[in-house]
Amino acid sequence: MTDVSPSRRSLLSMIGVVAGSAAMYHAMTELGYAEGSTFAGPIKLSPPPAGTTVVILGAGVAGMVAAMELRDAGYQVRILEYNGRPGGRNWTLYGGDSYTELGGATQHVQFDPGQYINPGPWRLPYHHRGILHYAKRLNVALEPFTQVNYNAYVHSTEAYGGKPQRYRQVQTDFHGHVAELLAKCTRQNALDQAVSKEDREVLMLALRDWGALDQNYEYKKSFESSMRRGFASDPGGGIKSVPVPSEPSALSDVLQSRLWSAIASGHNYEMQSAIFQPKGGMGMIGKAMGKDLGPLIEYNCKVTDIRQDEGGVTVTYVDSRGGKEARKATAKWCICTIPTPILAQIPMNVGAKMKAAIDQLPYLAALKVGLQFKRRFWEEDEDIYGGHTYTNLPNATIGYPMWDYFSKGKGVLLGAYTFGRAAYIAASKPPEERIKDALAYGSQIHPQYMSEFENGVAVAWHRVPWTMGCQGAWTDESREAHYNNLCALDGRIVLANEHASRLPGWQEGSVTSAMDAIGRLHTRVMNP
Amino acid sequence: MRREPVMLAGWIMLGFLPAAAQQLTPDFRGATFTMQGGEAVYRNVCQGCHMADAKGASGAGNYPALAGNAKLASAGYVLTMVMNGHRGMPPFRGHFTNAQVADVVNYVRTHFGNKYRDQVKEADVQALR
Repeated sequence: MTDVSPSRRSLLSMIGVVAGSAAMYHAMTELGYAEGSTFAGPIKLSPPPAGTTVVILGAGVAGMVAAMELRDAGYQVRILEYNGRPGGRNWTLYGGDSYTELGGATQHVQFDPGQYINPGPWRLPYHHRGILHYAKRLNVALEPFTQVNYNAYVHSTEAYGGKPQRYRQVQTDFHGHVAELLAKCTRQNALDQAVSKEDREVLMLALRDWGALDQNYEYKKSFESSMRRGFASDPGGGIKSVPVPSEPSALSDVLQSRLWSAIASGHNYEMQSAIFQPKGGMGMIGKAMGKDLGPLIEYNCKVTDIRQDEGGVTVTYVDSRGGKEARKATAKWCICTIPTPILAQIPMNVGAKMKAAIDQLPYLAALKVGLQFKRRFWEEDEDIYGGHTYTNLPNATIGYPMWDYFSKGKGVLLGAYTFGRAAYIAASKPPEERIKDALAYGSQIHPQYMSEFENGVAVAWHRVPWTMGCQGAWTDESREAHYNNLCALDGRIVLANEHASRLPGWQEGSVTSAMDAIGRLHTRVMNP
Repeated sequence: MRREPVMLAGWIMLGFLPAAAQQLTPDFRGATFTMQGGEAVYRNVCQGCHMADAKGASGAGNYPALAGNAKLASAGYVLTMVMNGHRGMPPFRGHFTNAQVADVVNYVRTHFGNKYRDQVKEADVQALR
């Protein structure tokens, strides 16, 4: 971790006090506090003793990358999967798909061909080298994913009369005002204790540059500021070409709007360019992995018991579509990726520490809603091509489709993407009401919603029959108490998944968890 | 260093709440549980998993029924589950006021065919904080 000198730390805390958390956060990520993936290239396993068998529970990303690597090393591998498809949360819903949630509600997705929604993960940050490695290995075509769109909106019902603001304007105004304030402090010698004389001169230059300040170090209506936030009238060709600068918001309005909290997202390490998505939906990765593994995956298996002894592991399962007949799979070793809310209910003879770790790890609530509209009004009417709008309304996020730009046909928006309380409330409603809510919220930002809407699908993750939530709900305290116990090899059983990683909710967490688990398992196999 | 909220940003983008309000568990931004009374709490939160008829649901795992569930005989058990969670059940201590917790515990123990007379009080909830 980078050591931060006292003067720099003081400066950081001053930025925090003066400007709020967004600038502070920006500065901290610049200093490299976030950690990258631990994926260090494809794992290399020496050949195991002939006939070494491994049963893997779950054909999600963790289970399938574990299976691919163990198979390639010479292990005899089989996977038991609850669903009738590979991928797990690596999942895309297309028109023609049906999805039945817990409680029995079935949604028949009505999207047009080429349209889709990813109910689960949807981003592949450039430094998530593990999941990107497998996408490349399996020839899954990737395309850019736009995190920040400067022309999308940040919106609060409590600010600017509820009128959505363009991201570029809010960010420019926030940076500009903060830069001006810091420049004033510097000139008034308020930073003398924290910044050397030589650094102060550079700081002044940097603030002018960063904040789009004028020659007097003021942030105001100017050509400079409009080159960031946009003009009232854009420059152009010919006679009527004179640009008209736009009027920035006042400092107090910017601060009190709290919209600054929405502009930090793109500064996050995991949100920085470049980010990718598979062409045609995130589920393309899971499909490719499933195809690669072929008959090694047995689908529609509901695990009912996991038992280990000195000789091996026996997994009992039934047909997940309603079968009663118990079947058994035996192997020397077991890699279990079953989500902890489910695993906690399956009889399994592991030690008390691992059991306690499993029992204490619920999955978070989350909601995603996909909405198909007759036309891409966000592009046609508002010049928004991909990226996200953020709002304090319960739908939280609107994600614009990041493929088929400028196409004249229909488009599917991510109409809600929310966690926590809003997601709990959504899960308590039938799917059609979740969609209705997403429309009601979103139409406060895009009035075109109501006239252009065609159909939608809503996935509330606590209702997903095969996860009972979206991702492991760790806290700092629970990690301290249980994380190592969850990950430890217990006899012949080891867990893998995003919930056994420090990248919760990310597929990279699943990949690196799986690599770590099979690495330790292999060491045990080779050193009995 | 609080790393978890940063990681959670993979799923959660932002909160408009003042810093003080974010001292709750990190996954709760934006919406608040303003509903009052046991029935409202149940209808807006609990039935997301335990279902509108409190009969639970079954997939790869189970959401237990609260209707006809003998474990509800113990008010303390229900109260502890709501506050601390267990085996898939999330802890709700960071979401609800003492009154909301007491109300919903009393609600589920007197509805869906349950007829337990002893009541949980706000002080009982507070004792678990």
